[in-house]
Amino acid sequence: MFPWLGFERRVALRFLREGRMQTVLIIVGVAAGVAVVAYISALITGLQRNTLEKTLGAQAHVTLSAPDDVVLAAAPAVASATALVQTQPRVQRARSIGNWQAVVPLLEAMPEVAAVSPMVSGAGLAQRGEATKSIALMGVDLDRYDRIVSLRSKIVQGEARLGPGEGIIGRELAADLGVRVGDRISLLTGSNSDSLRVTALVDLGVRELNRRTVIVPLRAAQSLVGLPGGATGLDLALLDVWAAKPLAADLAQRFPYKVESWQDANAQLVSALNAQSVSTALIRSVVMVVVVLGIASVLVVSVVQKQREIGILRAIGATRGQMLRVFLLQGAIVGAIGSALGVLLAVGLIKAFTTFVRGSDGLPLFAITLAPDLALGIAGIATVCGVLAAVAPARRAAALDPAQAIRM
Amino acid sequence: MKPLGPRLIELAGVHKSYNVGLANEAEVLHGVSFAIGRGEFVALIGPSGSGKSTLLNVVGLLERLTAGSYRIQGEETSGLDDAGLTLRRRAVLGFVFQFHHLLPAFSALENVTLPALMREGRVSAEQQQRARAMLAAVGLANDMNKRPGELSGGMQQRVAIARALVLEPPLVLADEPTGNLDRAASDEVFALMRRMHVERATSFLIVTHDPRLAARCDRVIELVDGRIESDQRAIAAPR
Repeated sequence: MFPWLGFERRVALRFLREGRMQTVLIIVGVAAGVAVVAYISALITGLQRNTLEKTLGAQAHVTLSAPDDVVLAAAPAVASATALVQTQPRVQRARSIGNWQAVVPLLEAMPEVAAVSPMVSGAGLAQRGEATKSIALMGVDLDRYDRIVSLRSKIVQGEARLGPGEGIIGRELAADLGVRVGDRISLLTGSNSDSLRVTALVDLGVRELNRRTVIVPLRAAQSLVGLPGGATGLDLALLDVWAAKPLAADLAQRFPYKVESWQDANAQLVSALNAQSVSTALIRSVVMVVVVLGIASVLVVSVVQKQREIGILRAIGATRGQMLRVFLLQGAIVGAIGSALGVLLAVGLIKAFTTFVRGSDGLPLFAITLAPDLALGIAGIATVCGVLAAVAPARRAAALDPAQAIRM
Repeated sequence: MKPLGPRLIELAGVHKSYNVGLANEAEVLHGVSFAIGRGEFVALIGPSGSGKSTLLNVVGLLERLTAGSYRIQGEETSGLDDAGLTLRRRAVLGFVFQFHHLLPAFSALENVTLPALMREGRVSAEQQQRARAMLAAVGLANDMNKRPGELSGGMQQRVAIARALVLEPPLVLADEPTGNLDRAASDEVFALMRRMHVERATSFLIVTHDPRLAARCDRVIELVDGRIESDQRAIAAPR
């Protein structure tokens, strides 16, 4: 290990071995602490990843849309006068993003952006026979949209294809309308109507979405919504989902559009995730403090018990630095062994969780794994904590007056 | 009294006080001066409370003197910091304490190799060999791997002597080395120190209040109330 710490290592190990019960107890304590920290970290990471995947699986990371219509003041404001006005908010009609064809390549060239997909969305009705359902109409380019929400992987039946006159609809909507792949349905919007042949059923992971979603080619949606050549929104997928917020702010500065990050669209989710992360961090730090105090108290007692030995070692030539390192090393050893056991224990807990906690369908609720780098990180921090815990006792040992210590 | 041979240590007007600056300040050594030369075998005697142990601690660099001068091999020690004192202690001194003070968690052999381990960070084959030879020399060839708790008092003290001598320091300080041994064991330990002195020309400074042992040393320094009362060389040192 460290050949230059031969003396310290030998004495530290022997001291630990000599204090059997104390050593075992504190190692178990450290292991329990590390196991709790590792388990909670893995659990929360898994939970958050799962939640994010579910949420972001069906939506873009950043969306650009036309700015809202606002009422403009009838006359310029006069500094000295207060205008008493009553205004009716404007109706928000479907509007196209100006100049979107030129913006797409600009966005695609940005390093953070993985994919850009124009979209025309609008409300409408789907009709088949007697059944009429309200729908959310989305006109997309299949290949581009696939890169935003990986639509192809969510197809549960049929073949993902969006030729002219074809469409993909949500699984629940198909059930409501009694439609199978290959059947035709009619689409109505306020002004226009069209019919399409269903090529595939999709499961977007949220039942409400599945009940409403109709995906058609961009051009079909343009004519249904009444925006020839237009796009109501641009969907962006990013390489790093957490870059969405700063990027959205940046885009809002550069383009005259309304820019929304997924965090804006899911503010509650984000604050819930934050609250979760903060409370996890709190629990972790409290557990680590307890571990540090445990190691420190055991070592303080050990220094008192070993005063005479420390005195002898000093008398026969050990330096203060050597005594200091003997006790720091004990902290490190206890921390390292404890965290190794703790990580094993955490792996066991995770195994138990995935074995015994199952969803209603009998499958594990979500995947939780202890990533090796997380485990290493926690073990490293615990070992550093062991050394920190040993600082005060070690300084005490180093400061002992050998003449006095021997007389004890 | 002048030492025989080149001066190993030299104390001049050494004062030692405890609780300096406090209301209960007490001076234990009131100007002690003596020197010990290479190869001397000296007893330090005196009644309880005369300051023998304090003087030994000062000589052993475990305590700092309050005033005066203490030279080791000609070098003044009073200005050295803790690391400097530790280095001189390593280089010049071996210790044998009254209650043998071995480390209970280490075997006899490990106790004897400790000084080498703390100097070099490892025990070389040569040091291992030397420690074994040393233990054999003190008659413990068959008990090297026993823990101190498994050895008798006399055996423990012999391990302590082996540990003090293994790196061949020029001076060994012994504080009541036979203090808690019975007569036979204490004769044996004393004879061992004598033999080491003769074989290796190591100097010894032995604190004892056993006049029988003191009488068998080459030189006897008597300390009374923190002052040297007498310092005499035996007329014909028994060898």
